[in-house]
Amino acid sequence: MQEQKLNSFSAHALLGKLDKKEITPQDIVSSLIERAGQVEQRINAYVRIEEAGGLSLAGASGSGRGESKLKGIPIAIKDNICTEGYNTECCSKILRGFKPPYDATVIKKLKQAGAVILPVKTNMDEFAFGSSTENSCFGPTRNPYDPERVPGGSSGGSAAVTAADEAIWALGSDTGGSIRQPACFCGVVGCKPTYGRVSRYGLIAFASSLDQIGPITKDVQDSALLMNLIAGYDPSDSTSVNIEVPDYTKSLFKDIKGIKIGIPKEYFVEGIDGQVKDIVWQAIGKLKDLGAEYCEVSLPHTQYAVPVYYIIATAEASSNLARFDGVQYGYRHPVQKSFKGQSLIEMYNMTRGRGFGQEAKRRIILGTFVLSHGYYDAYYLRALKVRTLIKQDFDRVFKEYDCIVTPTSPTPAFKIGEKTKDPLKMYLSDIYTISANLAGVPALSLPCGFTKKGLPVGLQIIARHFDEETLMRVAHTYEQNTEWHKIKPKL
Amino acid sequence: MPLSKDTIEYVSHLARIELDAQELKEFSVQLEEIVNFIDTLKRIDIKDIPPTSHILPVNNIAREDKNRDSLPADKALLNAPQRKESFFGVPKVIE
Repeated sequence: MQEQKLNSFSAHALLGKLDKKEITPQDIVSSLIERAGQVEQRINAYVRIEEAGGLSLAGASGSGRGESKLKGIPIAIKDNICTEGYNTECCSKILRGFKPPYDATVIKKLKQAGAVILPVKTNMDEFAFGSSTENSCFGPTRNPYDPERVPGGSSGGSAAVTAADEAIWALGSDTGGSIRQPACFCGVVGCKPTYGRVSRYGLIAFASSLDQIGPITKDVQDSALLMNLIAGYDPSDSTSVNIEVPDYTKSLFKDIKGIKIGIPKEYFVEGIDGQVKDIVWQAIGKLKDLGAEYCEVSLPHTQYAVPVYYIIATAEASSNLARFDGVQYGYRHPVQKSFKGQSLIEMYNMTRGRGFGQEAKRRIILGTFVLSHGYYDAYYLRALKVRTLIKQDFDRVFKEYDCIVTPTSPTPAFKIGEKTKDPLKMYLSDIYTISANLAGVPALSLPCGFTKKGLPVGLQIIARHFDEETLMRVAHTYEQNTEWHKIKPKL
Repeated sequence: MPLSKDTIEYVSHLARIELDAQELKEFSVQLEEIVNFIDTLKRIDIKDIPPTSHILPVNNIAREDKNRDSLPADKALLNAPQRKESFFGVPKVIE
């Protein structure tokens, strides 16, 4: 019988082996290197891998001390999380060559816990603008379950490496679904923490009131493990909240008796793929068999979530991306002294015109428009008020219910190129994930089945603010009573 | 509300992004479609609803006014496309 390769294990399983000194951290990395050698050409989930001379520990940071919590287990990091001394470029030409002079807080915490940070970052939509990882300057990442399809986005690289066993686990970021949707498309677990639960210091900002860093893992136990390490108050992030971090692994008991689940009727209307609907309802039935109760609820402002998001998120993005102007870092367009003078302005215009990709430019322009004089009230201010209504929908449901369960995405992974010509079509694929970011509530996606074509389907669980414990409990119970998490892509 | 090429040009000037003719044309069509879509928000009654710009009830977070270490100039200038001593070098701005 062929021995299971190290790269295919979860982190918690490897911790056991490291503890018993059956393996070393180098053994794990060697296994990842071998796997990347087999599949990375087809998947394209790691970026700048040739420049780095391949996936290796050379130059990797983190002590990997034997007595530490993580004992040297490597972790893959999305290209928008700052790692001191390693290129962090948000998969954009405008940040080409950027080596941050500091570590993000989550990176500091992981190093302190004994993780090894892989120096090669994972692919993403440029500046996290996208739902497919097709907007990367390094080309699209391909779904390990079907390389003709997208892995989802914007953390498509992180989800793909985890699903393909090119990584043990990874960090992603989620602004409108960018952890959960790729986790869903790639058949892995993705968790977006409550807004303010995990520090954003060192996360290159997209939308400051929506962004969160979170784990992408092979199972719920690994998600709980990572959440323990990355969550917590950070004085460097004025939006992080000073609430004690519980031990999320203590929520991993397999019992959901008496848990009350709300199923929002607005998530099962026209537009949802028939197989996704059936598979998700089967999963809800399973939750009932396992002791939970469920009932139909209403989140009446769901239909407004996407327009609200594309006003607020693009407005915040237009502000956050103003810093990319060729002055301090990244790409600078060379300017001649122009006839009219104003070389500096020309430098800004041309650097940003040439350095940003199409989707980035589109979003910055939309965001600038909704904030501009004469349009601010009609668009931005109005969107902020509808955001209040969306949050109130969740507050109302959570008075009576412990969690909300929905599909993560209306469809399974779509084909590469299928939605790139129509930005609006792409935006609508975020319909189930966006509300959680607007309301700031935590949400998790885990695999709950496969379509007839073998594509993963994801179940989304949403809980109250700072109640990731309920997410872990419900997700772990479901996972451990099904076999979906054991299935791997046939690469 | 259609997004004319003039509006796109004006907004791209505000955003300091130079668009070429092809982009101006494409964005005009795409952004018009998107703005028509976000116009669906006009249907909602928002009377007396307060805006939510920040989801958590935390306000005016500040630290103590005490001196502390900050990023040294050398580190801050590490990625400078052009460095002049301890400054970022940029082209002239000629009035």
